[in-house]
Amino acid sequence: MTTNILEMRSITKTFPGVKALQEVSLGVRRGEVHAICGENGAGKSTLMKVLSGVYPAGSYDGEIYFENELVEFKNINDSEAVGVVIIHQELALSPFLSIAENIFLGNERQKNGWIDWNATNLEAAKLLARVGLKDNPITKITEIGVGKQQLVEIAKALSKRVKLLILDEPTAALNDEDSAHLLDLLLHLKSQGITSIIISHKLNEIKRIADSVTIIRDGKTVETLDMAKDEISEERIIKGMVGRDLENRYPHHTPDIGAEVLRVEDWTVHHPTDHSRVVIHGANINVRRGEIVGIAGLMGAGRTELAMSVFGRTYGHNISGRIYKDGVEIQTRSVSEAIGHGIAYATEDRKRYGLNLIDDIKRNISGSALGKLAKRGWVDANQEYAVAEGYRKSMNIKSPTVGAITGKLSGGNQQKVVLSKWMFADPDVLILDEPTRGIDVGAKYEIYTIINTLAGQGKGVIVISSELPELLGICDRIYTLSEGTITADIPRDKATPELLMQYMTQEQD
Amino acid sequence: MSAPVTPVAHNPIGRAANYLTSQLRQIGIFIALIVIVVLFQILTQGVLLNPQNVSNVIVQNSYVLILAIGMVMIIIAGHIDLSVGSVVGFIGAIAGVLTNRMGLPWWLAIIAALLAGVLVGAWQGFWVAYFGIPAFIVTLAGMLIFRGLTQVVLGSTQITPFPDEMRALGGGFLPTLGFLGGQYETLTVVIGLLAAAVLVAAGIRQRLIRRRLNLEDEPFAWFVVKLAFTAALVLAIAFLLASYRGTPIVLVVLGLLVVVYSAVMGRSVYGRHIYALGGNLNAALLSGVKTKRVTFLLFVNMGVLAALAGLVFAGQLNLANPTNGTGFELDAIAAAFIGGAAVTGGIGTVTGAIIGGLIIGILNNGMSIIGVGTDWQQFIKGIVLLSAVAFDVYNKRRSGGR
Repeated sequence: MTTNILEMRSITKTFPGVKALQEVSLGVRRGEVHAICGENGAGKSTLMKVLSGVYPAGSYDGEIYFENELVEFKNINDSEAVGVVIIHQELALSPFLSIAENIFLGNERQKNGWIDWNATNLEAAKLLARVGLKDNPITKITEIGVGKQQLVEIAKALSKRVKLLILDEPTAALNDEDSAHLLDLLLHLKSQGITSIIISHKLNEIKRIADSVTIIRDGKTVETLDMAKDEISEERIIKGMVGRDLENRYPHHTPDIGAEVLRVEDWTVHHPTDHSRVVIHGANINVRRGEIVGIAGLMGAGRTELAMSVFGRTYGHNISGRIYKDGVEIQTRSVSEAIGHGIAYATEDRKRYGLNLIDDIKRNISGSALGKLAKRGWVDANQEYAVAEGYRKSMNIKSPTVGAITGKLSGGNQQKVVLSKWMFADPDVLILDEPTRGIDVGAKYEIYTIINTLAGQGKGVIVISSELPELLGICDRIYTLSEGTITADIPRDKATPELLMQYMTQEQD
Repeated sequence: MSAPVTPVAHNPIGRAANYLTSQLRQIGIFIALIVIVVLFQILTQGVLLNPQNVSNVIVQNSYVLILAIGMVMIIIAGHIDLSVGSVVGFIGAIAGVLTNRMGLPWWLAIIAALLAGVLVGAWQGFWVAYFGIPAFIVTLAGMLIFRGLTQVVLGSTQITPFPDEMRALGGGFLPTLGFLGGQYETLTVVIGLLAAAVLVAAGIRQRLIRRRLNLEDEPFAWFVVKLAFTAALVLAIAFLLASYRGTPIVLVVLGLLVVVYSAVMGRSVYGRHIYALGGNLNAALLSGVKTKRVTFLLFVNMGVLAALAGLVFAGQLNLANPTNGTGFELDAIAAAFIGGAAVTGGIGTVTGAIIGGLIIGILNNGMSIIGVGTDWQQFIKGIVLLSAVAFDVYNKRRSGGR
């Protein structure tokens, strides 16, 4: 059976002043996994919002046929009623409710207007079994990890008798293990006849599970590739996304390594609320001037925790160990102290921890070193403007002025603002936590170039990343972290994905 | 995803219209104030803008405006202060005891009262900033605590009179320097002219700097209209006051506070830190902002301003009473929100809060003049608060907020 379950024809969606989608067409065969690729801002999410009724019929031009019938969804309820369910990038679960309550939220199992708890929990357990979760349905959402939460979302979709499941960047926040499990689940659902559309930046995943790929660029459909017919390579997909051959995904980097700039010795950190739990066990790491050092670890290994505990003890409890800066022992008890010693940390979650989204670019850039622009506590707004304008140009932040609100920039441009902010603070050591998360391929290349430039200026750069190819592509040396312990220190020429993975999963006692 | 972009209009009229729409949030509130003034000028058959009434409106709202300055700063930081009304009463009581019962000189009593304000603020700031109790709870407790202490200090009686100097702070006028043409008080006219000149000069200087930096996006015509209007407004108020009893002392105090606090919020590192932590507390923390200290100082500042408002109010009434200041916190909070402050923090201005406070003040005054009872006054004020914030929310949604 190769009939199309979904047919979107000539979809055009206009926002005031901008055409987000132009004559986009999409055909999805029944029972396949269909991937949608495109750079950030290409229009993928807009297309899915049109499909799921977030943008109601009438607000766009074009036609949608679902199971050969013309459909006009006025809201999400309409689309869910026929079996189209979207799972957004930011999970929409209520943290203090149980798994079962979340699954049936808005769709409660009732008896005479009262919730039927037995039916709720029983049915939830059945759905959880289908997605391979063994947790008790009365467990609170806060008590399970992001990977499991993603599965709960899918269980919730199954409860709505989903026929077409749409996942927007489902593995962006997952570690490799959870990602693999999720992808297997999609294949399993496919065998049960559930069609899925998956939006993803991760080309290896697409290659693994997708039957066909539709590439969108600048609001237009570029092409649909049949993964089975032609041996489609990652390079082939990238070419479609960016409209050019990307010969090398990582800029060339010739290390010019100098003296040691930061050394962390015997660093032990306990969990902030569960004080008996040790999150980091006696870690020893160092970075030299001009060096790019990677930290590889699975989700939950303690990468962010290690970085944040060093950066002004912003994470953890009962922290012990020593930090040396240029060979001299220092204290970093607060963020301002850490910044004062020339240490900077750019967060993995720029929206929550990196930017003031309701403020403009220039005030975000000046935020971490406002003192440099001030005399006796008064800010020189003109100089601030000049500084920000300089970064806008040199970092290629795509915005007409530095007065633009950061919340309206794309992920890549927001990340450039975060980097500019820390470059302005002019640290000696820069810790970058997932610097390219949620950023498209073209912008990633720019970020890598910036990282190289920083190292070239004699700064020590520490990069934390979930993407092994990225670490292998840009780092001079890579530490592996497993369950809070540094398990290896591997130089660039020795590092392979297999070796890293081996140390990242090394069991601790 | 691609953010909606405002279409670029090519004809000058379209461009001007676009610019004005983009400034709607800022000028909308100001237009609302003008509409309300005109409306009540008509309804009161000219009484609203008669010199004596203008003077009264300023004097009788001064303490709420002083509170609104501190309140908007607290709201920008994402907190709230419900205790200021009680603090007004408490400080009035302290000042009454110090001057009337203990016979301290007026200036020493003022200093002591302001220091008491520092302590009150430090008390609440400690619990909010360092202990981590939500400001709503801390200041709700403070509302009860300081109302109770007011009664303890007063021994459940009233204290009157206050020294002449403190009465002057609340309701007095600057000394007169004779009358121009036998009609306009000279000092007030001079102050008005100076203030207008400074406003115009500062506006032009700012525009020149922005032009030099290629930063200017304000159409020239709009700049001229705005500046001329502001200057005319200042002069009009000055002449109205000059034809009554001159400049109220509390207006001078208020003017200084507005200038200083606008500068603090707009241009100082401390002000930036307030906006930063209200906009995104975590990001501010990870940028090295000493968030606890900023919050603590905000409450200390609010304490001092509440103390000042308490002195002004007690001086004006010439009375320290256990119920002084009851409900003032609500007026101050309403002023900040009508003036465009965001409930979620990070957005708001001192001038906005002042305009918001004036809207409430003029509503009160106008409705009293035409004989609307307090029942309907409260109803209408509630509707105004609701519609001001609704307008704001609508505006944000329309401009494609997050």
